Amino acid sequence: MTSWWDLIEGGQSTPEWPYPIRYGQESRISTDVLVLGGGIAGCHAAISAARRGASVVIVEKGHIRRSGQGGAGVDHWQAACANPCSTVSPEEYTRAIVDGFAGYDCGPMRYAQCRESWDAALDCERMGVQIRDVHGEFEGAEFRDPETQLLFCYDYESRHSLRVYGDTMKPCLHKETVRLGIKTYNRVMATSLLTEDGKAGVRVVGATGVNVRTGELYVFRAKATVLAMAHPRREWVFSTELNGGAATFADLNIVGDGHAMAWNAGAELAGMERSYDTAGGFAYIQYGVGYPDNTWFGCTMVDARGKPVPWFDGSGRELAAVRDRFLPRDGQKFMLIGGGLTGSSVTPQTQGNHIDDSLAERIRSGEVVLPLYADLPSLPAHERRAIFGLMVGNEGKTRVPVYETYTRAGFDPDQDMLQAPIMPPDAYRSPHYPAGVSVPQWREIFGGGLMVDWDLRSSLEGLYGAGRSVYGAGDHSGAATSGRYAGRRAADYARDASGPAVDEDQLETERARVYAPLQKRPESMGWKELNAGICRIMQDYCGQFRSEETLLRGLRLLAEVREAELTRGYAANPHELGRVLECHTILTVAEIVMHASLARRASSEHLDFRRLDYPAVDPPEWRKLSPIRRDHGEVKTRDVPLDYHLQPPYASTYEENYVAHGGSSPDTGGA
Amino acid sequence: MDRRVYMVPNPPMPNIPLQFDAAVCNGCNVCVKICRTDVLMPNPERLTPPIVLYPDECWYCGCCVEDCPRPGAIMLVHPLNQSVVVSWKRKKTGESFRLGMKDPPPPNTRPPAR
Repeated sequence: MTSWWDLIEGGQSTPEWPYPIRYGQESRISTDVLVLGGGIAGCHAAISAARRGASVVIVEKGHIRRSGQGGAGVDHWQAACANPCSTVSPEEYTRAIVDGFAGYDCGPMRYAQCRESWDAALDCERMGVQIRDVHGEFEGAEFRDPETQLLFCYDYESRHSLRVYGDTMKPCLHKETVRLGIKTYNRVMATSLLTEDGKAGVRVVGATGVNVRTGELYVFRAKATVLAMAHPRREWVFSTELNGGAATFADLNIVGDGHAMAWNAGAELAGMERSYDTAGGFAYIQYGVGYPDNTWFGCTMVDARGKPVPWFDGSGRELAAVRDRFLPRDGQKFMLIGGGLTGSSVTPQTQGNHIDDSLAERIRSGEVVLPLYADLPSLPAHERRAIFGLMVGNEGKTRVPVYETYTRAGFDPDQDMLQAPIMPPDAYRSPHYPAGVSVPQWREIFGGGLMVDWDLRSSLEGLYGAGRSVYGAGDHSGAATSGRYAGRRAADYARDASGPAVDEDQLETERARVYAPLQKRPESMGWKELNAGICRIMQDYCGQFRSEETLLRGLRLLAEVREAELTRGYAANPHELGRVLECHTILTVAEIVMHASLARRASSEHLDFRRLDYPAVDPPEWRKLSPIRRDHGEVKTRDVPLDYHLQPPYASTYEENYVAHGGSSPDTGGA
Repeated sequence: MDRRVYMVPNPPMPNIPLQFDAAVCNGCNVCVKICRTDVLMPNPERLTPPIVLYPDECWYCGCCVEDCPRPGAIMLVHPLNQSVVVSWKRKKTGESFRLGMKDPPPPNTRPPAR
C-alpha cells in the first residue's frame, strides 16, 4: 500500500492519522531571538544571532533540513563583490541594481548583500558547502581562477558572482544550527505575532504556531523576532490539479503567512501593489527545458533546421563567438544577468548579453523555425559541463528532477540537444522559457514586504525582517546576507531588551481562530476550493487592470467571504488545518494587495501596475513608496522617498549607514 | 476479469510523483521526515514504503530521493503534463528521444560535477 489507489481500493478501512492528535494542547517556549521560517534567510539569521550569544529558536512549517525555496539547492551565488577576483565594488553593484529597479528596491538589504555575500559564501564553505572547483574538473576554463579555484558566472571579466556546488546548502546550514544549540520546531506553522498588551502597532513579543502533524499549539515568547518567511503566493492562481506543486516556483507551503501576521500586528508593508504575470500551473519543468538564460546562461540555441539564434550585447551589436557572451562590451564596466536581472530591470550601462527581443519577429517571419534546441554539443566542453553537470545538478530542483532523471533516460549533453518549449512567438521575449506562457490576470507578488530601516527592523519594535519578508527583490545570497544582518541586529536588541509578556486575551482569540476549522458542518468547504475562490476575486477585481471601483468592490467581496465561506473551511486532520489556515493568510494578503493598490493613484511601468482610473504612467510625483499599515481598523499610508535610506536621519552613503548599524563587525564564521 | 470494484473518488492529479521500489525500501521514513510539504505518511505496516498521501502537494524537488539512504528505493516521476514535452535530438544521427518513451536509449552514467 503506497499509492493512492492502494489506499482507497484495498478493501481496508481508512488508516488512522499516523501522528498523535494534540488539538488544544499547548507548549510555551521562551527565547531571546525567535526566527520565523527556517529557510536560507532564517537559518543564517539564527546562526548569526546564536554566534552573538543569544538563545535562538526557529519555527519551520516543513522540516529545516530541506525546506524553503533554497532548500533543494543553489547554483549561482550573486553579488560576491568582495571576493578577491571581483572588479566591482559593493557600492557600484548596489547602485546598478537599485537603479535597474528604478529605485524600487530595498537599499539597506541590497547593500548588505553586496558587502557580505562573499563573507557568507566563505561561512557556508566552513559549514561544508563546496564553493570552489577543488577537484580541478574545470582547470583551464576561462571562468576559473587558478589561484582561488573559484568559478565565476555570467560575466567572466568582472567576476562578481560565483558558481557554487550548493546542492548540499540546506543540510549544511541545518547541521550548523544543531552545532550551535539552536532549537528548531519543525512542522510548526507560525500563525500570528504576539504583541505587547495584545495591541497592534507596538512591540512584538513573540508568536504562536500550530503543529501541522499533531495540531498542538505553540506559544513562543521572545525578546526579538526575525520574520524570515517567504513571499506571498497562491493569491491569483492556484491549481494542484494540473501538476501538483511541480509547476510553481515556490512550494505549496509558501503563501505569505509572515506578511499576513506582520499586517495583523500593525507593521508597515511596502511594494505590495507590485506584481507580474505568470503561467501558474502551466510552467515547464524548472531548468528542465532548453533555454539561454539563468542556469543555462550562454547556451547556444539553434532552430529546427540547426541555424543558430544570434546573441547580442547590451548596445545591440551581434556577438560572433561563444566566449563573447560572457564578456562585457567595450567600455562596459560589468554586466548584470540572471536571477531576474535581465531586460527591463537593468540599466543600459549594465545590460547583459542576450538573445534579443527580435527573436519573436524572426519566428513570425519564418526566419527562425520552431522548435528551438539548446545546442549543448556545440559548446566548449567546460561551458557544456558547467551548464549541465554543475549548474543543472546544484540549482534547486535540478539534481534529481533534471540531472538524474534525464541522464537515466539517456540524455547525454555531449551528443544531444535539449528541446525548448514550443510557445507563441512573443513568449520568447523573456529568455526564461521554463516559466512558460503567462496569462495577464494570473499574477504573482513581486518584492512586496516589510518596510525596514538600516537595522532591517520593521516599523514595530522587536520585529526584524530577512529575505523575502522584506520589501525588495531578492535571491539566494540576498536571503543569506539579510538573514546574517537581521540576526545580528535582533541579537543586539535582545541583549538589552526587557522580558516580554504574553497577553492572554490575544492568545485566546488566536486559539479560537486556529481551531475553528475543526468543526464539520453540512456546508463545510475544503481548503482548495477556498483558495481557488479567493484567487478568482483577485483575478477579476485586482488583476492586470485595477481601479478604485474594482478594488473597493473586491475588498467588500473579500470581507463577505471572510464572514461566510472562510468560516466554513473544514480540516479533517492537522495537515488540512494548516492548509485551511493558509487560506486565512491568502485572504488577508489579498486585502493588503488591494489596499496597497488603492494607495498608489498612478500607473507604473516599473511596478507592472495599471490603474484604469489613473492611466498616467510613472508621473514624477508618484516616484515614491506608499507603504501601508493597519491602525485601529483603518488603513494608513504615507509617502516615502525611494532613497529614504540615504536621507536624514540616515547618512548620505551606503557605507556610512552600514558601518553605523553594526556592519563594521561582520561575524567571523564558525572557524 | 473477475475482480472486486469499489466506489472511489477520482484520483488526485498528478497521480504518482514518487514510485517506491518495495524490494529496496526498508521503510526507514527518512523521506517522510524531510519532505517539505508532508506528501508522505509512514506506512501503518512497519518496514514498508510510506504512503504517498498527498501527491497533489508534491513540489518535485527530489530531496526525498537525494536523502534516501537506499539508492533506487524512490524514483521521482514528473507529471505527464510536463514530462511529455521533454525531448531531445541526437545531433549526429537526428534521432529524437523523449522522457518516458517506450524504448529509451541506454542511461548516461556520468555523475554531476563534483
